Amino acid sequence: MNQAERKTKPFYIKDCTLIALATGKRAQNLRELREHLREIDPNSIYYHFWGGLLRARFDNPEYHNDFAIWVANSLHNKILAERLAVIDPLAFPTLDQLREELIDVIEESLDETEFPSWSKRDDQFEFIRFQIVVFNTNNVAATPRELAKIMPSMSVGSIFFHFIDGRRRNEDSLDDFQNWLSNFNGEYDDLRDRIHNIDPYFSSLIQLRDELTDVFKVYFKKEGDLG
Amino acid sequence: MDNPNTLSQYEDVAGRDVIEHLRQLAAPLKGLRLVHINSTKMGGGVAEILHKMVPLMQDLGINASWEVITGETIFYQCTKSFHNAIQGSPVNIPHSHLREYEATNKQSAEILRDTLRDADIVIIHDPQPAAMIAHLPDRKGKWVWRCHIDASRPFRPVWKYLRDFVAHYDASIFSLSGFAQRLPHPIYLIPPSIDPFHAKNIALDRKNLQAVYHQFGIDPEKPIILQVSRYDRFKDPLGVIRAYQLTKRFIPPLQLILAGGGASDDPEGEMVLQEVRTAAKDDPDITVLLLPGDAHRTINALQRIADIVLQKSIREGFGLTVTEAMWKNKPVIGGDTGGIRLQVINHYTGFLVNTPEGAALRIRYLLHNRDILEDMGYKAKEFVRENFLITRQLREYLTLVYGLLHGTEERIELNGTTLM
Repeated sequence: MNQAERKTKPFYIKDCTLIALATGKRAQNLRELREHLREIDPNSIYYHFWGGLLRARFDNPEYHNDFAIWVANSLHNKILAERLAVIDPLAFPTLDQLREELIDVIEESLDETEFPSWSKRDDQFEFIRFQIVVFNTNNVAATPRELAKIMPSMSVGSIFFHFIDGRRRNEDSLDDFQNWLSNFNGEYDDLRDRIHNIDPYFSSLIQLRDELTDVFKVYFKKEGDLG
Repeated sequence: MDNPNTLSQYEDVAGRDVIEHLRQLAAPLKGLRLVHINSTKMGGGVAEILHKMVPLMQDLGINASWEVITGETIFYQCTKSFHNAIQGSPVNIPHSHLREYEATNKQSAEILRDTLRDADIVIIHDPQPAAMIAHLPDRKGKWVWRCHIDASRPFRPVWKYLRDFVAHYDASIFSLSGFAQRLPHPIYLIPPSIDPFHAKNIALDRKNLQAVYHQFGIDPEKPIILQVSRYDRFKDPLGVIRAYQLTKRFIPPLQLILAGGGASDDPEGEMVLQEVRTAAKDDPDITVLLLPGDAHRTINALQRIADIVLQKSIREGFGLTVTEAMWKNKPVIGGDTGGIRLQVINHYTGFLVNTPEGAALRIRYLLHNRDILEDMGYKAKEFVRENFLITRQLREYLTLVYGLLHGTEERIELNGTTLM
């Protein structure tokens, strides 16, 4: 362990689980979707972009957020679905800015449409919010090398908490791994860059864990044996 | 074999990491007094899940128990009417039945007073025990009403009556957001789940499967499509026969099995069954089965011998028969409605269809593309493994407990080792 490693606080692996709550807000067409989006709790917008990672949704959907999926499957508006699907939530520093982008894209579509289509009554967009419960695991990494060893066995909840949720908690929207590695006086900047290049938006949590494992593995292989 | 009521039993099917996750999540809840209440120990999906859920909670160190309230015939007639009304049937419930319902709840509250007053969490299942809360004003814990019924279009007069009781709860739980009604407290969303060790789902050996071929005169060499459901118009069994007939022209050896539960106390169901039998009469490759409610292993075997399972419902609650079929590696061709949409991911775990013609096209497609059929079946099982096993429902109940104990906070950080 070098001096920077001795000084830096260890990385405590946490885990989390989400539970969904109904908001009572429903939309049956684009106008209603836009109206609710104007007022809905940012928590709900976050849920409809990221919550799919921790709940029943197939790993390889055509569209990557709930708004795009609903517009495609229930309103059959493939053009708008593609425009919504391409919105990168990481490009917006706050959820309110993300909300504005969603509303802009929907309004643009409404401007082009004479009669907005309606979903079936039992297929409305249901705005959902969530609570997150964060708890300790027994795993602690004192050094990045130790973190590399723990990574393959981390639960998907831990990956969500540290790699996705961390971006809401840390400055500069950094995930917890990059944030922690920034404490080592630049020693692990190359590793941070490699983590930064992982796009979390198009992968399942299991795939993200595999990608992170590979990044750590390749990095420390370059540096010498992991053990 | 390990005790099937312990979590370690589930490591092989759900994954060791999932079980470890549950143990860590539950650690601060050791000693929590949690009581489930419903109105039947045997029969029905609620009792089935509680038989497993309660011992699993106990295995996690939670002081979980399960109480059952009972009443006279009029009480059950009344609650059966509630059930139908919540699902949207206009029913006229006599005043005397409502008085009996309230009296039974009052009496049950008296009997269970000590247990319920001191419990940390009380989970009341469905409308039968919902009015007990009115008789326990000195309750200390959090009370939550778990509605297992699709309440999306309730018969309003009955819903208004029940809502007056439900409004007193600290929270409620519905299976899907679309099934929920507006209430003055948090509404949690927890879809139901299946138990892989229930007779309905447990792995069967070849002998069990051969017995079913023999028992019902089914040819193991010919392709089989199956629908398991009550004989109910919403399940569209006649549409399934139509889809079979449209496919049969192209795949002559095709066999169809329709398997459903008893309809003897349901005049509408009896009528639908007769129509199904009439529609199937001339075709020896259609097998119409009326099975007793406890024929779990038979249903299990039928699902396993089928090539494709259909659930061509026009309206559906969650559709646990879909989950059961998917757990057996079967792609499902399902109606584009209700909880089927949550499970059948179009082109991945099966197909969503709106017409018999659509179903027929998908059946032909899958039977001509066996590799795709198998791939979808594999994905279907893995999807259930990740999302619809009882271990997921258990995790959500634990998360709910934290939610109840922490109020409306979005983020609940557990730092200590025990909460209680």
